[in-house]
Amino acid sequence: MTVFGFRIPMMASLLVWALLWEIVGQLDLIFLIPPMSSIFSAGLGLVQTASWQNATWITVKSFVIGMSLAIAIGVPLGVLMGRFRIIDNICGLWVNMFVSAPLSALVPVLMILFGMGETTIVVTVFLFAVWIIVLDARAGVMQVPQSLIEMARSYGASRGVILRKIILLSALPEILAGIRIGLIRGVKGVVIGQILVAVIGYGELFELYSRSFDMERFWALTIVLFAAAMLLSAIVERAEKRIEYYAGAR
Amino acid sequence: MTIQASTAAAQFDPESVTTDDSVVRVEGICKRYGAVEALRGIDLQFERGKLTTLLGPSGCGKTTLLKIIAGLIPATSGQIVINDRVVTGPGPERAFVFQDFALMPWATVLRNVGFGLELKGVAEGERNRIARNYIEQVGLQGFEDKFPHELSGGMRQRVGIARAFAVNADVLLLDEPFSAVDEQNRRKFQEDLLRLVEIERKTFIFVTHSIEEAVYVSDRIVLLSPRPGRLARIIEPRIDRSASPDEIRRDAAYLDVVEDIWQSLRHYAE
Repeated sequence: MTVFGFRIPMMASLLVWALLWEIVGQLDLIFLIPPMSSIFSAGLGLVQTASWQNATWITVKSFVIGMSLAIAIGVPLGVLMGRFRIIDNICGLWVNMFVSAPLSALVPVLMILFGMGETTIVVTVFLFAVWIIVLDARAGVMQVPQSLIEMARSYGASRGVILRKIILLSALPEILAGIRIGLIRGVKGVVIGQILVAVIGYGELFELYSRSFDMERFWALTIVLFAAAMLLSAIVERAEKRIEYYAGAR
Repeated sequence: MTIQASTAAAQFDPESVTTDDSVVRVEGICKRYGAVEALRGIDLQFERGKLTTLLGPSGCGKTTLLKIIAGLIPATSGQIVINDRVVTGPGPERAFVFQDFALMPWATVLRNVGFGLELKGVAEGERNRIARNYIEQVGLQGFEDKFPHELSGGMRQRVGIARAFAVNADVLLLDEPFSAVDEQNRRKFQEDLLRLVEIERKTFIFVTHSIEEAVYVSDRIVLLSPRPGRLARIIEPRIDRSASPDEIRRDAAYLDVVEDIWQSLRHYAE
């Protein structure tokens, strides 16, 4: 974007909003919005506390476990659904239902099933992330050109070889896109799960700060989370870009 | 310049086309898709070193027949015999060239050309050596490390042809290989194909919907009629290949064969 002939860097709009926030904060209009500068200093203090580090460790751990499960189960399930009509018929309804369902409503049920601990959070992350990974992997597999599969068959490839050398590689752009959206949903899942369970990780901190009206720390924590989600998404996007050179050429 | 269109003698007669020298024998092939009959009672022989074209209007099952010969589609009844062996699936004695090239977009030209060998388990060094040789033969040297999307349509099909030659199959099956290639390139391709038929003593089975292309490249043209696909006529254009391509394309006899085939097919055109 250019303004008056000057090129504006990508994230510059964030600075404008931060400035606006600072002004509103300095005017001391509502206690919900403290000045940006004090949020920042609160954030700097926050990341040095043992409670934040502890919460982050727990959060990252449940996120990584939940995401790994979502990818490890979601990608193969999506591939199977894309390849076999019968599996698609059996699972398709559920996947499509869950991908748009308000999963937050299920968390209390999960708490009953898995207790008030990390297991519930892991399951929540999994449930938030897995469905879109399944759907995208399925879509990728279904649009593998038939002639590529026939080509491999005509040169004597077995089913396993076709799966490894043609189908998975051909569907890779969609699989990665699904994982990227899954990661973003997973971040939502870990936060919503922790807030609803309310006794572990960031959920505990959020609960603590909002109950004691510690808005600086509340916002600092929120910003840390937003930044983490965006960073994760950017990393996967970079990986996607690297393989895009062929994805666009099909 | 002699083109004797032996159309009178070449009216279809199963007895006259039976030879002992055939590499591929198609015996009583029928194909049904549910209630739709795609092919009915096809009997054909294909000899080594000859190029046979399957020609016909859309819906005549020419691509279906080619894919049945390739072992990609099962026939409803009848059998395919290759080198005196009944085959039921794809095999190393056949190689297929696809209408849409069927190149792997994530692989370089070198890897694409060597893919048939890779699937056969040929070691990488040997595989790349053979692939480079055929890349050169189709005129793509210098493009070994390019990806398919960096090539034009014509160049992509050259990769597809090099891949088919690299596996050194006896039978080459070409499914409308030049239909997605622009006109100038198509003519060049046809000439290159004739050269390859001459050097490589292989059996070529070629599918096209272009009458001119069929007459220009074929030793024999099999006309199929549609719904269901049946043998209609067999024509041997007998073109003197020593003439230059441009002379052949202007020759009266060549044009007569084209016209003759057109008259056979015109009532199928809507």
